[in-house]
Amino acid sequence: MEFFYVMMPIAGIKIFWPGLIILGIGVGIIGGFFGMGGAWMVTPGLNILGFPMAFAIGTDIAHMAGKSLISTMRHGKFGNVDYKLGMIMLVGTVVGFEVGAQMVMWLERIGQVEKYVRILYLILLTLIAWMVFADVAKKKRKEKELAAKGLEADKLATGIEWHKTMHKIKIPPMIHFKEAQIYCSAWLPILVSFLTGWLAGILGIGGGLIRMPALIYFIGCPTHVAVGTDLFEVMISGLYGTATYTYKGRTELVAAMIMLVGAAIGAQVGTVATKYIKGYGIRIAFGLAVCGCAISILLKMMAKWFPAYGGAFDGSATALILGLVAAMSLYIGIRMIIGAKAEVAAKKAARVSVA
Amino acid sequence: MRKLWAKITGLAILATLLLPELVAAAGPAAAPLVMVADTRKFTGWEAWWTNLYNESHFWFTVVTVVSIPIVGLLFGVLADLIMGAIGIDLKSRELAEH
Repeated sequence: MEFFYVMMPIAGIKIFWPGLIILGIGVGIIGGFFGMGGAWMVTPGLNILGFPMAFAIGTDIAHMAGKSLISTMRHGKFGNVDYKLGMIMLVGTVVGFEVGAQMVMWLERIGQVEKYVRILYLILLTLIAWMVFADVAKKKRKEKELAAKGLEADKLATGIEWHKTMHKIKIPPMIHFKEAQIYCSAWLPILVSFLTGWLAGILGIGGGLIRMPALIYFIGCPTHVAVGTDLFEVMISGLYGTATYTYKGRTELVAAMIMLVGAAIGAQVGTVATKYIKGYGIRIAFGLAVCGCAISILLKMMAKWFPAYGGAFDGSATALILGLVAAMSLYIGIRMIIGAKAEVAAKKAARVSVA
Repeated sequence: MRKLWAKITGLAILATLLLPELVAAAGPAAAPLVMVADTRKFTGWEAWWTNLYNESHFWFTVVTVVSIPIVGLLFGVLADLIMGAIGIDLKSRELAEH
C-alpha cells in the first residue's frame, strides 16, 4: 500500500496519489466542458485527501492554470476564445483578485476564513443556479410563444437577456468583440471582471464558476464563446493566483503536477465534448452541477452546526461531491465518445461515397 | 482619451497597492505566520526543492510559475496529436444555443 502514497515535500504529509489523478481527470473533464478551473470540486477533494486548507487552495490554483492552458488551446482552435475580450477582462480580474486574496489572508489571521468562505460560496451558488434555471424556463416560454405564432427561434436566441440592458451603457470607448459577436462599452467587461475577480480571490478559485455565467448573462457571449474565453481568463488568473499563493508559501507543486497528468486527459475530453452539445445543454448541466455543489457545502455547514451528526453530514457532503464529479464526467465523456464516433463514421462514409 | 486611460491605469494601480493595506488594517494585529518545510526527510531533488522553499519564496514561485505552463503545453500538444490521429476535426464547430 505504501506504493500508492507519495510524500509532499512542502506540506510534509503523505497523499494517496491515484486519488489526485482521478480528481484531476474528473475536474479536467468538467472544467474543459463548463469553462472553469473547478476549484469548487478540487479544494474539498484535496481536503478529503488530507491537504490542509491553506495548501489546498494554492495547489488547486496551480494545477488549474496548467489544465486551463490545455483547454484554452483546444477552444482557441474551435474559435471559442475571444482574446480581445479576455485581455480587457484581465485588468479587472487581476485587480479584483488581489483585493480578494488580501482579504482572505486577513480573514485567515483572525481565524474566520473557513466560515466566511463557505457562507459566501453558498450564497453565490444559489444565485447562479437560480439564474441558470430561470433562463432555461424563460427560453422555453419564448419558444412556446413563437411556436404558437408558427415561428421558430433563432439558433442563438436566449431566455434571460440582461446583457441587452447592459449594452445600453454607452460610455466610451465602445468595442466590437468579433468571436463573442457583441458591441459594448469596454467598461462593462472591466467592471464585471473586477467583481468576479474579487469574489474569486476571496474564494480561492480561478473565477470560472462566476465568470462563465457572468459572460453569458451580463456581457452577452454565446455559451461556447463564454466557455472558451473564460478558460483563457482562468488560465491567466490561475497563473497570477499561483504566483500570489506560492509567494505566500501555500502551493504544493508535486501534487499539482500529479493532478495535471489526469487533468490533461480530462480537459481534452471535456473540451471536445462542447463540439457535440448545444449551448443550453451546457447551461443546464452547469446549473445541475452548481446545485449539487451548493447542497454539499450546506451539508458541510450543517456538520458544524450539529456536531452530534457531524460525521454523517460530512460523509454525505463528500459522497455527493464525488458522486457529482463522477456522474458529470461520465455523462460528458459518453457524449464526447458518441459525438466523435458519429463524426468519424460520417467522414468515412463521405470518403467511401467520393471513391 | 490617452490621458483618461493613463488616469484610470494609475488609479487601478493605486487601488491595488492601497486597498489591501486598508483591508488588512481592519483586522487585529497578529504575528505573521511562518511555514517551514522539513528538509531532513528528503534527499536529491526533493531536498533541493524544500530548501528552495525555505530559502527563497521568490525563486520557489518563479520555478512553480514557469514549470506549470510548460508541462501544460507539453500535455496539450501530445493530446493534439492523439486526437488528430483518431480523426476528430479539431478546427471547427457549429455555434448554436439550442
